[in-house]
Amino acid sequence: MSLTLQLILTVSSILFAIGLLAALSRRHAIFILIGIEIMLAAANLNFVAFWRFSPEPRDPTGIMFAIFAIAIAAAEAAVGLALVIAIYRHYRTTDVDRLNQLKG
Amino acid sequence: MTNWIENYLWVIPAMPLLVSLMILGLARKRRAPAAILAIIGQVAALVLAVAALITTLHAPGFRAFHNFTWLTFGDQALRLGWLLDPLTASMLVMITFVGLWIFVFSTGYMAEDRNFSRFFAYLSFFSAAMLGVVISNSLLLLFISWELVGLASYLLIGFWIERPSAAAAAKKAFVTTRIGDLAFFLGILWLYGSSGSLLLYDNGNGCLDKTTLVTLGSAVTSIALLIFCGAIGKSGQFPLHVWLPDAMEGPTPVSALIHAATMVAAGVFLVARMYPLFSYHAVSGVTPALTAVVWIGVITALMAALIAIAQFDIKRILAYSTVSQLGLMMVSLGVGGVVAGMIHLLAHGFFKALLFLGAGSLIHACHHEQDIRKMRGLRRAMPITFLTYSVGMLSLSGVPLLFSGAWTKEAILDATAHWPESSLPHYLMLFGVVLTAFYMTRQVIYVFFGKRAGAAEHAHENRANMTVPLIVLAVCTIGLSAILTPAWPWLNDYLAGKTPHWDSSELFQPLLLVSLALVAGGIGAGVLIYRGATDVDPLQRSQPTLFAFLANRMWLDEFYGWTVIGLARAASRISDWMDRHVWDGLVRLVGGLGQLMGLVSRQMDERGINAGVDEGVVGARGFAGLMSRRHSGQVQSYLGAIAVGMVALLIVYVWLA
Repeated sequence: MSLTLQLILTVSSILFAIGLLAALSRRHAIFILIGIEIMLAAANLNFVAFWRFSPEPRDPTGIMFAIFAIAIAAAEAAVGLALVIAIYRHYRTTDVDRLNQLKG
Repeated sequence: MTNWIENYLWVIPAMPLLVSLMILGLARKRRAPAAILAIIGQVAALVLAVAALITTLHAPGFRAFHNFTWLTFGDQALRLGWLLDPLTASMLVMITFVGLWIFVFSTGYMAEDRNFSRFFAYLSFFSAAMLGVVISNSLLLLFISWELVGLASYLLIGFWIERPSAAAAAKKAFVTTRIGDLAFFLGILWLYGSSGSLLLYDNGNGCLDKTTLVTLGSAVTSIALLIFCGAIGKSGQFPLHVWLPDAMEGPTPVSALIHAATMVAAGVFLVARMYPLFSYHAVSGVTPALTAVVWIGVITALMAALIAIAQFDIKRILAYSTVSQLGLMMVSLGVGGVVAGMIHLLAHGFFKALLFLGAGSLIHACHHEQDIRKMRGLRRAMPITFLTYSVGMLSLSGVPLLFSGAWTKEAILDATAHWPESSLPHYLMLFGVVLTAFYMTRQVIYVFFGKRAGAAEHAHENRANMTVPLIVLAVCTIGLSAILTPAWPWLNDYLAGKTPHWDSSELFQPLLLVSLALVAGGIGAGVLIYRGATDVDPLQRSQPTLFAFLANRMWLDEFYGWTVIGLARAASRISDWMDRHVWDGLVRLVGGLGQLMGLVSRQMDERGINAGVDEGVVGARGFAGLMSRRHSGQVQSYLGAIAVGMVALLIVYVWLA
């Protein structure tokens, strides 16, 4: 099996799906964050794939994009963690099923 | 001098008017100034009137007029003006002179009255209005003054406002004359419409000038009759005579001034003034309008004289006497004796005022007793009044030679004798002479002869301010005969526009003997029947039904009450019913409709619109509740929804590509 664009895209979509599944079905807040990170990674993989199989792979555009995305993902994970800690400090739980004060 | 008085003739009525306003404004509480002002005003008017008279003596048939424009509308104009001719001048002098002495008399008669100043203000106002009537050259100005005279009469008859009978009499006078005035006004309108001018003399364009009379054509008779209706009302002719006797409710000076000398003379004056209109197209001096005048005058004269025989109130006898004499004057004017009628008017003004003032003197002395059966034997207690009253009575009865009334009555009888239409008026007026002498004798005997009793016990002669006017008027009554005799008919010729001349052979006419016989007969009959009369009238004893018929004024007032007034009352009751039930009902119906609509509107609003809105709101709330309950607050389900939506978009994107 040769390395084609379709193969890498398939992998990245499966990765995305796994991340989505994690985000949607876990009760613990941290696990949802992990799911979001996985989705981000999948998106990054998409970027790299399209860069690798582009006509001019010598431009560092794709790599730059991916590195930025990783940096932002890291910042966003930090913020998410801070949010979870703040929520925990207030509600004494990390079970998102119990955080339903926005219920109408 | 000539031009001055002609141009300023309007000052003559203006002065009493000004005085009247001054008294009303300034001198309400002060008696002496009010009386003095009024008398000064009257004297000033008299002086100017004499000046006007002198002016008219310049040439026989003098006539000067002065017209001016009052209102203009478009290219038409309403013009007024005043006129100076012998008729005007003689009336001016008579009114101001007699009026002056009545004013002087009033200072004594009304001395105990609380409203002394108001009386003089009204008297001056009346004087002004009456003078306005005689000087006007325009029918419009005449009508205005005519109405003002009526107003003054109303104010003066009802002067004692606390008396309901006086108020009723004033109202009756005003309404009755109004009926006549309505017809008068219609006549004026018709005349204006046909001829385009209301001025009497206007260098050929006035109503009474020949050229304008021609354009009127056959309407002349109708217009003349309508104008005569005004005279019927004002001069108390049949059928509108009913107000005059009731007008005796006013103070006696008022009766003297208004209802003897001046206001009632206005009707006669009007006919004399409008004589060219009345006599247009006369066939030997006879026209339909003039014939009507004659017959109404005859009926009035006889009817009033008959009624006067049976009256017991001294003023009512004189009132009916006035009505009768006015009828006689109308007869004279109708048969063509315009001059005769006018001189009788002038002489009548003097002796009737004298008689009324004499009656006032008697009433004042007997403490306001007016029944002649209760005032007896006063001739020694009040000699001046007795003498002057007798002069007036003899003049009215027509005793010849010394008394002016006789000469003027002669002239009238002479005129009636030559009427081509019929000689009935002549004989009826001769009968009237007998009646006049009879009732006056009756009155004099009752009042001055017999034994004193009752109210007359303590009567004594009044003071100078009441006796002097009597003396002056008595002297004038006798003095006027000097210029009235057929030997030197100065006044007759002056009024007719002829040059007077002296002719002593004219003094004794055959008619003179006839009237002398009739007067003697009347007086003799009166003396015979009433000599030694007591409280019961001898005539009443012998002819009770006839006497009752006459004493009740021939039941005419009652007849009017059943017919005309009854009709008016019925009409007013019907109108009231209509107003209360029909119109009021309609208004209430409309109001009810409005209320109904309000009710319906409210129900619609509450049940329809409000309910609808409420339902809408409930629905929106329900839906909103529904929607808000969809929010679970679970973050993961929101995320799941986003994921599903993203997938859907992806599928759509792929399909579209």
